[in-house]
Parts: sequence; structure tokens; C-alpha cells
Amino acid sequence: MNIIKKIFVQSPSGPLDYHRRWPLRAILICILIFMYAPIFTLIAFSFNDSKRNIVWHGFTLKYYEKAFANAELMLAFGNSLAIALFSTLISIVLGSLAAYTLWRFRFPGKAAYEGAMALPIVIPEICMGVAMMAFITRVGWPQNMPWPLNLGAITIAHIAFCFPFAAIVIRARLQSFNRELAESAHDLGASEFQVFRDIILAHMRPGIVAGGLLSFTLSLDDFVITFFTSGPNSVTFPVKIYSMVRFSVTPEVNAASTVLIILTIALTAIALRLQYRSQMTEQVK
Amino acid sequence: MLAQNDPIIRLKGVSKFFGAACAVDNVSLDVMHGEFFALVGPSGCGKTTLLRMLAGFETPDTGNLFIDGRDMTGVGANRRPVNLVFQSYAIFPHMSVAENVGYGLKIAGLARDEIMARTAEVLRLVKLTGQEKKHPGQLSGGQRQRVVLARALVMRPAVLLLDEPLSALDAKLREAMQLELVHLQKTVGITFLIVTHDQSEALSMANRIAVMHEGAVRQVASPGELYEAPNCRFVADFIGKINLFEGVATMHQKDRVRINTALLGEVELTGTAQGAVTLAVRPEKIRISSERQTQLNIIQVRGKITDIAYYGGYSNVFIDIGAVQPLMADITNAGRNDMSTVAAGDSVYCSWRATDTLLLLD
Repeated sequence: MNIIKKIFVQSPSGPLDYHRRWPLRAILICILIFMYAPIFTLIAFSFNDSKRNIVWHGFTLKYYEKAFANAELMLAFGNSLAIALFSTLISIVLGSLAAYTLWRFRFPGKAAYEGAMALPIVIPEICMGVAMMAFITRVGWPQNMPWPLNLGAITIAHIAFCFPFAAIVIRARLQSFNRELAESAHDLGASEFQVFRDIILAHMRPGIVAGGLLSFTLSLDDFVITFFTSGPNSVTFPVKIYSMVRFSVTPEVNAASTVLIILTIALTAIALRLQYRSQMTEQVK
Repeated sequence: MLAQNDPIIRLKGVSKFFGAACAVDNVSLDVMHGEFFALVGPSGCGKTTLLRMLAGFETPDTGNLFIDGRDMTGVGANRRPVNLVFQSYAIFPHMSVAENVGYGLKIAGLARDEIMARTAEVLRLVKLTGQEKKHPGQLSGGQRQRVVLARALVMRPAVLLLDEPLSALDAKLREAMQLELVHLQKTVGITFLIVTHDQSEALSMANRIAVMHEGAVRQVASPGELYEAPNCRFVADFIGKINLFEGVATMHQKDRVRINTALLGEVELTGTAQGAVTLAVRPEKIRISSERQTQLNIIQVRGKITDIAYYGGYSNVFIDIGAVQPLMADITNAGRNDMSTVAAGDSVYCSWRATDTLLLLD
């Protein structure tokens, strides 16, 4: 009887259980609708059997076929994935090194270095874009190279604004590291490098995953900086969509965007799952 | 191999400063082979700094320290024949119990079979057989404590250093672990050096204790000697409970000294002293009675019971004898109805043998 009561009869809400009373629930539902209604509309109309995006005409998958058959769009999509992958890999390596250096060592100009590293986060993107364009032109970065080398300029620009984010996330993770763990490993005979490899890196991992994910999504959907650094034969997905929208907003654009959304959600889910698993194994300070 | 009576740890004039603050002040100390040695003192007395210098995490500013006869100057923490059990346990969260325990051996480059054999052996010693595959998150506080003990012992150190190892455990478990640590030390025969702020823990576990205060070692002695014959006011006050009386001493005969105190009148004791001294007596040495005692060679004072703190096995009675601090006396509750013999408000005589009085010079 008691078990049945526990499952079916809710205990009275306590004085601070605001989330169990209707006003807060109503606000929560409104917020969720406000945030996700546009995205669901986009996804719904990607199945719309109409040239325009306004009235519902019936279900179809033909715009997905059309999007996947669009060679230019697919090339842009591939470019975006390649750029995101390379810039993420390099960003987490640079970010980890920067975060570890700032956490582990004391050196002259540390505060200045830390501030300078965070600059790409606060500088307006449009300025970064112009600066990157000016820089790439000034150094005369080769333009007509085979794939994927033609993406070099964009990748460099992406690394420049992605790695500070990765560094900040990893630095925050390191802040919670119990230094006695490192001392303990050192005490058991491990050298400085072995301590880093076996103990500190293991602690950094969730931060590296989170930082990498952040870099990947930032790179994947960046438009402004990419617009200034992309050439005629190095178009990315957001830039391509922009050029398509300039002619007309067809469900093809919706379909392509939906694919991108699903891809992002899947990646986030994987990363969250990895992080959850690593947290489960370390429920100890 | 060193002889049994050679010191395994020798500190020679070791000092350590943090900025202008002196954490460890010219400490010289020997710890013998196979001892269970305790460093006690209030927080901030330098005991942990001393331990960290032995482990190799701090460098002494002056002096030398020797472990197993070797000067440790310039030897890194990873190359010293000592292992440290941390206060926070510092159990590796991403490794299983067996991986935690085998980590040091893996770093040392031992073969897999040998690592497994030695890990199994030491886990049996700390009663964790069958828990090899568990992760730290699945263990209780006591089990985590055993894992870090095993992780250090598996290295077969010359000295095992323990930094407040039991402070995170609850009272019952702590008492059980104290006894277990003593048994473990006897079994493995490794020298244990434990740092604790809990003087009762040190008394119950150690063979010898060094009491530290403001960076200096005040007394090194066996638990019994420390309790019954402290060499200064600080040690007497820090170890256990004690009643202190200020007085002025004058030599009476050879070996006999007369101390004039405000509360106890004139007291005559064996010893030598001149000038300001402190008399001290432990609460359990004091006898409470309603009539005046007539034996010779006792010290007696009259007062009124103000409070009784009941601890079950014994009660701590506070008696107002006209001083700022009430006199503390312990009564044993040997029978079930003993408590009814004293009550707050009673006028009583407190007496103790003159030979139970300590004469402290500073």
C-alpha cells in the first residue's frame, strides 16, 4: 500500500517548491514555446509540398532529395564539416595547452596573456572578419589549392576565435582539480609528465569534450567571419544558405537546415552522454 | 640494511619560512625504525609542513633531513622511499580500486603479474579483497581510506607518512580504524609517522609523540610520559584536561620546594624551582568528598559544584574554588547509582595526593 501511495499520491508541495505550482509552470511553457516554435516551424515546413514557405500543402520528402542532389550545397556542407573538424581538433589542443599553462605556472605577464587570449571573444565578429580578411590578403595566402587545402584560410580564422572558448571551458574544469591528486601520483613515483598524462588529463577530459563541442558548433554555424575569409571555391554551409535565401526561401533551405540541426543535436547528445558517464565513475572528490 | 636502533628519519635543525612567517623553527628529531610516531599540535603549529618536507613537497630553508640514512636534499618526491596518505585521500577518481593500488607499481615498471600479486596481497591486508573492480564512487569513506593505505603500503616504503588520515571519518569508525592502523603497522613492520591535531588519537595509537607549538617541538616522549610528566605548561594543557595554578616557588631544603599559591595556600613538593611556577593536576586525580580529608601529604581545597558534564562512563565536575577557571574533577560512574552522590550546588572538598601534582617551570 505504501509503495502505491508513494507512486500515485504526490506529497504536498513545500514552501520553496515553486516549480510545482502553476504560475511557474505556465511561465516555463511560454518560454519553451518562444524558444522552440521557430525551429519546429522550420522543420515542419521542410516537409511542405509547396514552393513557398507560407501555406501548408501536404507532406513530401522531395526537398530533402533536392537538397541532397544539390552538388553545390553538399560541397558547402562538406566544407563546413571539414573546417569544423580541423578547427576543433587544433582548438582543443591549443586550448588545453593554454589552460594548463595558465593553471599550472606563474610567469611574468600572465594576467596580460590571459586578457589577450580572451580578446577574440569580446571583439565584435564583424571586426574580426575584416581583420582576418586583411590579414589573409596581406600575407598572400594561396587561393587556388586543391580540397581541403583551399579551406586553410577559413580554418585559421575559425581556430583564432574558437580556441579561447575551449581554453576557458578547460580552465574552469581545471579549477576543480584537487592538487593532492597530482601530489599523490608524484609521491607514488610518477614524473611531472606522467602526472599530467595519467591524472590531470583524465580530469580535464570532460572540459576538453565540452570545449571541443563548443568549438565545433561555433565553427559550423559561423557566418560573419567566414563570409570575409571564404573565396569563390571555398563556400561554407551558412554562406551558401545565405546566398540561396537571397533568391528565395524554398523548403530546400529548410530541409538542409533541418539536417544541420539534427546533426548538432546528435553530437550534443553524444557529448553529454560521454560527460555523464565520466561523472558517474568519479563521484568522489 | 640499517640496524634496528638507527633512526629511519633524522631531522637536523630544519626550518621553513613562508614569507616572514616561520612555519617550522629549527626542528631536530629522530624517528626510530619500526616506530609508530605521532606529530601533534594545534592547527598552524607546523606539523603538516614538516610532513610535507619529509614527503618532498616542501624544501627546508635551513637544515637537513635524512631518510634511511640518506640526505634527502635535492631528491624529488617521486624518488623518496616514503609514501604519503593525504587528508583528502586523493584517491584517483577515474581508476578502479585495483588500478589505484597498482598505479605506483605500474609507474615503477613492474611486470603485470607482479603488480597483480602485490596488489592482491596488500588488498587482503586492508580487508578489501573482492572490491578490486569497484570505482571510488561506489566505496564508503572507510573503504576509501583503506584504498589509499593500500596504495601507499604496496610501495613498501621505508616510512609511511599519514596526514590526519582519520579526520574525515565519523567517531565510531575512527575508533575502529585507529585500532586497525595499529594492528596494520605491527603486521607490516613499516615505520608510521602520523600527523594529527587530535591528542587522544595520538595517545591511543603512537609509541612516541612529538608535541609541536609555533613551529617548534616542545616535547618528545611516550604517551604515558607525555600525559603524566609534561615538561611545560603548553604540553600539559594541550594533552588531555588539566587544572593549572599559578604560584611562586622558594627552595626550602635540598630537593624540597615550597610554592605559595593564591588558591591552594602553601604547597610543599619534591623538586627544584625558583620564582614563578605553575602547579598542575589532572581531573581524574582529584577526589571529591563532603567531609574534610585528614591524610598526610595531600592538597585540599574547598568549593561549590557549579556544573556536571555527564559522559556516560564518567562525569566531569566543575567546582568553583574562587578562581576565574573552575576546578575540573572527574568522577567514574562505576555503579549505576553513582550519579546521585553529587549534585550542582553541593559544597565539597577536593583533594589529591601531593605526588600527583605537577610542577611546571614555564
